[in-house]
Amino acid sequence: MLNKFPLWKNLMVIVILAVAALYALPNLYGEDFAVQVSATRTTTVDTQVLGKVEDTLEELNIAPKSVVMEEGQILVRLNSDSEQLRAREAILKSLGSDYVVALNLAPATPAWLEALGATPMKLGLDLRGGVHFLMEVDMNEAMRKILGQMRDTIRADLREERIRYTSVERNGDDLIVRLRTPDDFNAAAAYLDGAYEGYIVLEDEDAQEITLRMTEAQVAETQDYAISQNVTILRNRVNELGVAEPLVQRQGADRIVVQLPGVQDTARAKEILGATATLEFRLVDTENSVRDAEMGRVPFGSELFPNRNGGNVLLEEDVILTGDHIVKANSAFDENQRPSVNITLDGAGGDKMSLATRDNVGNPMATLFIEFKATGERDAEGNIIFERKEEVINVATIQSRLGSVFSITGISSVQEAQNLALLLRAGALIAPIQIVEERTVGPSLGQENIDMGTQAIIWGFVLVLIFMVIYYKKFGLVANLALASNLVLIIGVMSMIPGATLTLPGMAGIVLTVGMAVDANVLIFERIREEIKAKRSPQQAIHHGYDSALSTIADANVTTLIAAIILFAIGTGPIKGFAVTLMIGILTSMFTAIVGTRAVINAIWGGKRIDKLSV
Amino acid sequence: MHELIKTNRTIPFMRFRFGAWIFSGLLLVASVVSLAVNQLNWGLDFTGGTVIEVGYAQQANLSEIRSTLDANGFEGAVVQNFGTQQDVLIRLEPQEGVKAQEVGENVLSVLREASAEEVAMRRIEFVGPNVGDQLTEQGGLAMLTALICILAYIAFRFEWRLALGAVGALAHDVIITLGLFSVLGLEFDLTVLAALLAVIGYSINDTVVVCDRIRENFRKFRKGESEEIIDGALTDTMSRTVITSLTTVLVLLALFFLGGALIHGFATALLFGVFIGTYSSIYIASSLALALGVSREDLMPPEVEKEGEDLEPMP
Repeated sequence: MLNKFPLWKNLMVIVILAVAALYALPNLYGEDFAVQVSATRTTTVDTQVLGKVEDTLEELNIAPKSVVMEEGQILVRLNSDSEQLRAREAILKSLGSDYVVALNLAPATPAWLEALGATPMKLGLDLRGGVHFLMEVDMNEAMRKILGQMRDTIRADLREERIRYTSVERNGDDLIVRLRTPDDFNAAAAYLDGAYEGYIVLEDEDAQEITLRMTEAQVAETQDYAISQNVTILRNRVNELGVAEPLVQRQGADRIVVQLPGVQDTARAKEILGATATLEFRLVDTENSVRDAEMGRVPFGSELFPNRNGGNVLLEEDVILTGDHIVKANSAFDENQRPSVNITLDGAGGDKMSLATRDNVGNPMATLFIEFKATGERDAEGNIIFERKEEVINVATIQSRLGSVFSITGISSVQEAQNLALLLRAGALIAPIQIVEERTVGPSLGQENIDMGTQAIIWGFVLVLIFMVIYYKKFGLVANLALASNLVLIIGVMSMIPGATLTLPGMAGIVLTVGMAVDANVLIFERIREEIKAKRSPQQAIHHGYDSALSTIADANVTTLIAAIILFAIGTGPIKGFAVTLMIGILTSMFTAIVGTRAVINAIWGGKRIDKLSV
Repeated sequence: MHELIKTNRTIPFMRFRFGAWIFSGLLLVASVVSLAVNQLNWGLDFTGGTVIEVGYAQQANLSEIRSTLDANGFEGAVVQNFGTQQDVLIRLEPQEGVKAQEVGENVLSVLREASAEEVAMRRIEFVGPNVGDQLTEQGGLAMLTALICILAYIAFRFEWRLALGAVGALAHDVIITLGLFSVLGLEFDLTVLAALLAVIGYSINDTVVVCDRIRENFRKFRKGESEEIIDGALTDTMSRTVITSLTTVLVLLALFFLGGALIHGFATALLFGVFIGTYSSIYIASSLALALGVSREDLMPPEVEKEGEDLEPMP
């Protein structure tokens, strides 16, 4: 029969709308003030910690809404923001620095909805408040560091193979092995050929030199590794900062985005995130004179570094151990009550340390502190220029063979010991980074943006509703029903997709969608009017109106979708939010305007004898 | 039945096409000249630098803020109200050799020291100089990609003359909207770029509806000059064009007046874009296709049409 939907089609419309409404529902409940406790890398959150948190709250005379432990986190919901601040401070004090205690806003979604996996939309920083950083990684330094490690490996391997070499040096992006005799040259050439994946071996017999050059694929992989390593380390540091729901993400070839919702104090965040301090442990070169080196005659295999306490120290070029092997670092005091950092190494680090110190008991070992500082200037190729600051913070005689636990002394202040410990815990960045973009939104502005965006959506919506009813009467009412369902669908879908974030431009996108979504219905209704004018019966008019408008609607929406997809592909942050709501809006509006209105119109007018349509 | 447009008689749109070309030509020339002379008032996203928005409890004294900043080494800061009398927007150009990431906090602490009342941090944005250059490149590229993809889609679904007409109309819309921003000196930031792409989306929506009707009418009416057919198609779709533009303008007005200062540029670009887009899909897209010589033969389906079939095949 004309204009009757089969039962399954009606059911499908109802089910889709019901599901969307269900998942849109959590957005109505608002948020609770909360304190979130999570573990650092060396600790875990267990019932004992939970008990401590509960006791602390009791001492403060604060009755929390709830205290829940799940997925290794404790979430305390509180009644006001002042309680939240007091609770955080007290919990932080009672748990100590081994736990991360962060302020958070937890969605107040009822348990039955949460059980269904329904959560509210994620809000962007422009609506929540917080800091957004875009950081650029210095690739030159990353390469330098990796080639340095390679140089050490080659030296060690050649020694192992008992091939005597004059030097192994880094020259630009190449490593050059110089040899003494033709025999050594042949042996080295035979050994190095194919020994290291990703390196091309170039032999120069006349000069008795072998050059190892990275293949392009290896260079790309190395840079890729540098970025992902930095992302991991930044994530660790962000966790140390105690921020709820942070985001650390790679963007493009050499950039990293860090978003810290709710953070207002950007100075400390920047200091911790941007710090590129690391430690190296090296043996002191005791065979050569520091004075000669200071005169410019630095012996092969050694390097000259300034000492923090004045003067210079000559160190061996080989690094015993770098900061990456550190698993635990705590600030403490040494026996003379001076600030120090206690360090625990991982297994491999412990072995290295123990091996190197075994043969060097009685010899001095130095702790070299390396820090990169962005100068704010750029070289000819547009890369940021970093200043490499290296200094020896401590020289100590190796008293006995060291294992995986030891301490560093010679640190000037308690604050420095604390910062150093934090940085060592979180790991050193493989390459220095510079902040190239920063956006901070205060909490009051965020809330204002939400209010204004909501106002715009509501008023735009109401204006369109009024217009449609006046112009299309009963059919206009049906279109309005579709428009309302469309809003619910957009919000439902936005809440369902884990990666979708609502931003202020995103809200603008919803407003725009409201205005443009009626287009499909306008097309259909105008067609129906035309058909009526062409003296078709009302049922025929409805049928033909929908049919002939369909391909027009599809083509018009696909082209708009193309623009939205491109916007999504190039946009970042808030702009991406706009593209997301626009894309979702286009798809949902096609559904509600074509299938949704048809279901209602069929149910009301379909299959009946009617003389006149209210369109 | 309310009707905005009486459609009993075909409106001879195409008769005025030369007038429309002159009108559009003048607008285009004016836009290009203004873009060359005045250029665009590039926002922070593109130029780099620092923007600080602060909120005072009472009406802010802008000249006092200016002199405070000058005295503390932040010369050349642009200080203006933003949205309300209490909110102040301070914009600083990127400075050589200064650690730009710290400028925002320094300005804030200087203002806090100088003011007796509380100064609320509402927003700090810092963008490095290189980021902007890449963005301009990416934005231009996105615009081109969008136009090419749309061109390809319409050429595939319709016909190349209509596709060229449609994309010509889009380029027309984008250039004239850019021209407006240049003439009025409105700030061109990322949200405006997004709005421009949305204008493309909106305008193409309109154009496709018109093209679709042109094709349909060519197939339906076996007789008639191309010009008459196009006029007929434009008349048929006229009320839809006007109503959709109207509802879109309604919501954009809501956005313009209620959406807040941050979204102003976005709403302005879209409002203007909807007007120019509606005009161009009527006059520019179809008259370009007509000038390129679109005719019935070009739009006939490849296979022989069955009698009485006037419906489109499903996409």
